[in-house]
Amino acid sequence: MSTVRIPPVLRENTGGSRTVAVTGATVAEALDDLFGRHPALRDRVTEDGQLSRFINVYVNDRDVRYREGLDTAIGSDDTIILLPAMAGGSR
Amino acid sequence: MSNNGDRPFREVTAAEAVALARDGHRVIDVREQGEWDSGHVAGATLLPLGDLPQRIGEVAPDRDAPLLLHCAVGGRSGRAAAWLAEHGYTSVVSMKAPIGHWKEQGGAWEEPRQLLSPAQQRRYARQTLIPEIGQEGQRKLLDAKVLLIGAGALGSPSALYLSASGVGTIGLVDDDLVEESNLQRQVLHAADRLGMRKVDSGELSIHGLNPETVVVKHPERLNADNVERLIGDYDVIVDGTDNFDTRYVLNDAAVKLRKPVVHGSIYRWDGQITTFVPFEGPCYRCMYPTQPPDELAPACSVAGVLGVLPGIIGMLQSNEVFKLVLGVGETLSGRLLMFDALGTSFDEVRIWRDPACPACGEGSL
Repeated sequence: MSTVRIPPVLRENTGGSRTVAVTGATVAEALDDLFGRHPALRDRVTEDGQLSRFINVYVNDRDVRYREGLDTAIGSDDTIILLPAMAGGSR
Repeated sequence: MSNNGDRPFREVTAAEAVALARDGHRVIDVREQGEWDSGHVAGATLLPLGDLPQRIGEVAPDRDAPLLLHCAVGGRSGRAAAWLAEHGYTSVVSMKAPIGHWKEQGGAWEEPRQLLSPAQQRRYARQTLIPEIGQEGQRKLLDAKVLLIGAGALGSPSALYLSASGVGTIGLVDDDLVEESNLQRQVLHAADRLGMRKVDSGELSIHGLNPETVVVKHPERLNADNVERLIGDYDVIVDGTDNFDTRYVLNDAAVKLRKPVVHGSIYRWDGQITTFVPFEGPCYRCMYPTQPPDELAPACSVAGVLGVLPGIIGMLQSNEVFKLVLGVGETLSGRLLMFDALGTSFDEVRIWRDPACPACGEGSL
């Protein structure tokens, strides 16, 4: 199984879990499995079946935009990181 | 001509020495490095007496070349001249006079390069000992101008530590007043300053720590109209703002003016930090082309934030500023560092320049 790391703003949709173990041979399959386990997450980060553009997806330290997108192959030791921008700062 | 008994070299007065130097005598200073550093004859070569036998061959290979030796008063240079005469040097003179007389006679003189005042040398002594910094690095820090966008949670550690360690000019951009709920994390401010402008409170704290720091107060909110004026005079921008609009506005202006931006953001137990160096690495738009909806990007005032988290992230930002100013080490350009305070763990992902980036991509230039 691969691991998906859940960003802080989405943890309320995973019951507070910071990581979720998933199955799948590609990022798309892994996310499908993730959304199956935590359906509320699907509505937060997808639009019309597509992953929202404001979510960056990394496999280990590599942005899938610069690989094969959601078709990027993953192995059992890989970690998928979902990363929306964080705004919080000063005030 | 020897006035030294059996020693076949001449001793000369300061006035004669100045004239001989003007006529082409090669000046060799046989004092120690520390003496040389406090001022020396212009154009002279330093060759401490103890090193003379080993190094004279490389310094003066021609034994018939006219040499003028001097030290502080004429003792060491007399011994050096005698040694040289015994070893076949035919045209050696030694100045038998205090070095001050050389200056009085109008001899060429080079004052030491004063990088740091004596007070600065004392204050920054622990830092100038570090080989990558030294007095020259400290001078760079003192000459540096760093702008902090936000004098709040992330700005606090940067303001305090950058001024403490000698960043010469610190600009503060913030239009807020100090509130009680700030004090849990904004250590730049204080309980007896509630209601005071953050730029004024920040100035008080900075000057308490380092009266020498020049504090430039910008009591306004950064926006598209003022951003270029605000950042134009600074070398490095530290971004600790609290909303996406400001971050994109800052990014686009910084790319345009080619200012490095040290980015930090925080949320509850999590922090992110990276450094954007325009056209060398990615920019904020390369990393986040699209901003999330508001509900996925709540401010600290809504979501909450751990008190120590901005301290940790802000200190990492300060560390980036140091390296950018000093030109040493490796910055976080092209890397996003993520800190999870609950797990006490760091993760890093690589970020790339996007050729299609509207701010710094191929179409933007």
